[in-house]
Amino acid sequence: MSKNLVVRFAGEGGQGVVGGAELMASAAASGGYHVLTFSTFPSQIKGGPAWGQARISSEPILTPGDYLDVLVAQNQYAYDHNLEDLREGGLVVYNSEEFEVADNARALGIPADRMAREAGNPLASTIILIGAVAKMAGVSIEALEAFITKRWSRGRPGDEAIVEGNINALRMGVEVAEKAGLSLEDLDPAPAHAEPRVLIRGYEAAALGAMAGGVDSFIGYPISPATTMLVYMESNLVGKDKFVGQASSEIEAINALVGTGFAGKKVMTSTAGPGVSLMGEGLGLAWMAEIPLVVVDVQRGGPATGLPTKTEQSDLTMAMNPGHGDMSTPVIACGSTEEAFWGAMHALNWAERYQGPVLFLSEASIAERAQDIPMPDLSQVVDERRVVSKGEQGNRRYAGDGVSPFPVPGGPGAYVANASEHDEQGDTTHLPDIHVTMTERRFKKLELLNDGTYEAENTDADTVVLTWGGSKGSALAAWRELDAEGVKVGWYYTMFLNPLPAKMLEELKGKRILVPELNYMGQFAAYLRSKGLNAEAITQYTGLPFKVADLKAEIKRRVQA
Amino acid sequence: MAKRNPLYDFKWCPGCGDFGVKVALEQALAGRMAEKNQSIENTVVVAGIGCSGNMVHMMEGPQPFGIHGIHGRALPIAYGIKSARPDLNVVVVCGDGDFLSIGNEHIAPQARRNLDITAVIMDNGIYGLTKGQASPTTELNVVTSTTRWGKLEEKMNPFLFYLGAGVPYITSQMSSRVKELAGDIRAAMDYPGFSIVHVQSPCTTYNDTYSLLKGDEKKGIEPLAFPIEDSHDVTDITAAADLVRGRRIPIGLLYKKAGESVPLHQRLAEAKAKGNIEQASVEKLLQSMVIA
Repeated sequence: MSKNLVVRFAGEGGQGVVGGAELMASAAASGGYHVLTFSTFPSQIKGGPAWGQARISSEPILTPGDYLDVLVAQNQYAYDHNLEDLREGGLVVYNSEEFEVADNARALGIPADRMAREAGNPLASTIILIGAVAKMAGVSIEALEAFITKRWSRGRPGDEAIVEGNINALRMGVEVAEKAGLSLEDLDPAPAHAEPRVLIRGYEAAALGAMAGGVDSFIGYPISPATTMLVYMESNLVGKDKFVGQASSEIEAINALVGTGFAGKKVMTSTAGPGVSLMGEGLGLAWMAEIPLVVVDVQRGGPATGLPTKTEQSDLTMAMNPGHGDMSTPVIACGSTEEAFWGAMHALNWAERYQGPVLFLSEASIAERAQDIPMPDLSQVVDERRVVSKGEQGNRRYAGDGVSPFPVPGGPGAYVANASEHDEQGDTTHLPDIHVTMTERRFKKLELLNDGTYEAENTDADTVVLTWGGSKGSALAAWRELDAEGVKVGWYYTMFLNPLPAKMLEELKGKRILVPELNYMGQFAAYLRSKGLNAEAITQYTGLPFKVADLKAEIKRRVQA
Repeated sequence: MAKRNPLYDFKWCPGCGDFGVKVALEQALAGRMAEKNQSIENTVVVAGIGCSGNMVHMMEGPQPFGIHGIHGRALPIAYGIKSARPDLNVVVVCGDGDFLSIGNEHIAPQARRNLDITAVIMDNGIYGLTKGQASPTTELNVVTSTTRWGKLEEKMNPFLFYLGAGVPYITSQMSSRVKELAGDIRAAMDYPGFSIVHVQSPCTTYNDTYSLLKGDEKKGIEPLAFPIEDSHDVTDITAAADLVRGRRIPIGLLYKKAGESVPLHQRLAEAKAKGNIEQASVEKLLQSMVIA
């Protein structure tokens, strides 16, 4: 028996390879399995090499999987370029209308498109392939049939015919695989779940976390891989006093966020690295004028246009210092689907509490994945709002050496929110002592963000792993395997990157810290060193996440070096 | 706030056109507040960067809320305020450099959106605050500190630009005609959509155009400014374009788009009411994702 099944559908954009993986994952999740999808596709509507991958497991999943058990290849290119990820003993299913695989005994050609057409159900070719894969991997066919029945019984005329056609297609795939006699180890039976689970994409989790956190307005500009969040908000943030808008640029978006935050509302945008670059000056304005707002940066490969649809963690340095001058933006980075939900909520609450901009870092591999997670416990939701002025400080909006009550237009305490250095009422001044006072005031407010939590295991080890963001899954899987093997290494993790939890910093002093991260420069490691810690990066910059095996080997090598 | 604030160290030059605009804006706001029986705190004045941007600090009397934002981005800030809080009066104040050069890209989107915002533009044809560089509305061949050979770029015609960008309400005025300007700002604020009050507001230090605008009969100089006649059909975009095509500057209401103006926030409210859409709770949205 096997705990895991990793299937990759590879082909061209527009051929439904991503949809195929998601359908397979949905079906398996419906049958009780844990699932996680991962996809990569070019930045074009149709064509170009694309693939979608589904990992299906009887145990909770941390990563998309290092190697494939089954590769479904739609064309020669997909076969040639994905075969290296197939594990030894893995199977290939290929589109035999497109090309032939002559020299591979563990490859099965299926003319799925033709079969689907001949069966009068041309849209069902993916289901034929899923049937074949399921049969080969020992996934319960009954569970898949039950899923198909549920999925396409939508209370519309013709439902029955569609369900029947799709079950028929599934059985055609099963039959082809049976005849071929190719199989993998059977997948473990699905676990039982006492609590309800949701199948959710990363961007949906972030959007819902933001909505749980009380976001009032969302204004964005389309950019891969952050558009999905804007689209989700456009569809779902629809209440009477809610506003969702498509700006004409990221510059317009960030300044509209400033206006919205100034007007007393909780506001957010989603963008990617190029957008954050354009937002730099506006973020400085929010810092200077003390306006709460949140920018979600769904990181992709950079710099410039870079790799728009690939994953990378190379925006951390920018996230902490997006604008010119003395500023330090609070940063929260999610490392899992659950953290996408809770992190977005925390980011909004942080912005309100310290009255300034917060960067929430996600990345392509988290935003685009679909995963089953336990239903978030909504009793833990907090919708924190800024302290609003009742006129107690008159128009001295910036009085005091920390956060002060926020005058909201329409209420008392009119002042000028000023991008220039200013006095207590917001009027421009260039006096040195006021610049000193105000600069210190702005930094002092960061002390309010001292509630960041962190994970810590094997805290007595001299060497620890401390990763961030989307590398959490791979790093945690690697660390667990090393720990099980008796390699003495600790685990630390937090999604609160700036400011870092003070107690964690204290505990890390004197330790050797290994920092897996997806960028060339080792940005988080450099940041940790600036905090007086002994940190060294383990980097990768392929546009893809770490493989667990690679990371495990590298951590082990360094621990033993 | 400036009058009561010794820490504030900015000054406009004597004779600056912006003084007239300031008084007109104060009068317009006071009049509107009285008429609507609102307190001044329901108004936000959003300024860009430049001499004109200091308007928010210079205003006297009851103080509105203000934002003195970054260069060129007053309209996007106003978009955020008005989309979040349609109940607020939002007035944008910018100079020609801020509005027409660095901020130019925001005019057309704002015109399409048609949020109920009034922009008062103080056009002095020069960058004053940075001490005399050419702006989009500096005349061809004029020597400035950045136009060594005389300005090589054509002067921008802001009115033709506004018309082309789809701005639905455009008034032209001079800073010296304070009473009329106050009325123009009031009328523009009453218009339920995006309105621009474009003001010739001379810079006495770098580009003193007072005499050009007014002309001098004795010397036989025809005034640059001329009143728009009552016969002008303000809903006729071609007639409006014809008025501004030349070098001379017509003064008065130039253009008001025919038909009813429906601002974006009203469209959104109507769409929501018509669609009968209620905000689904996070719990309900999550329930739709529960694995069955």
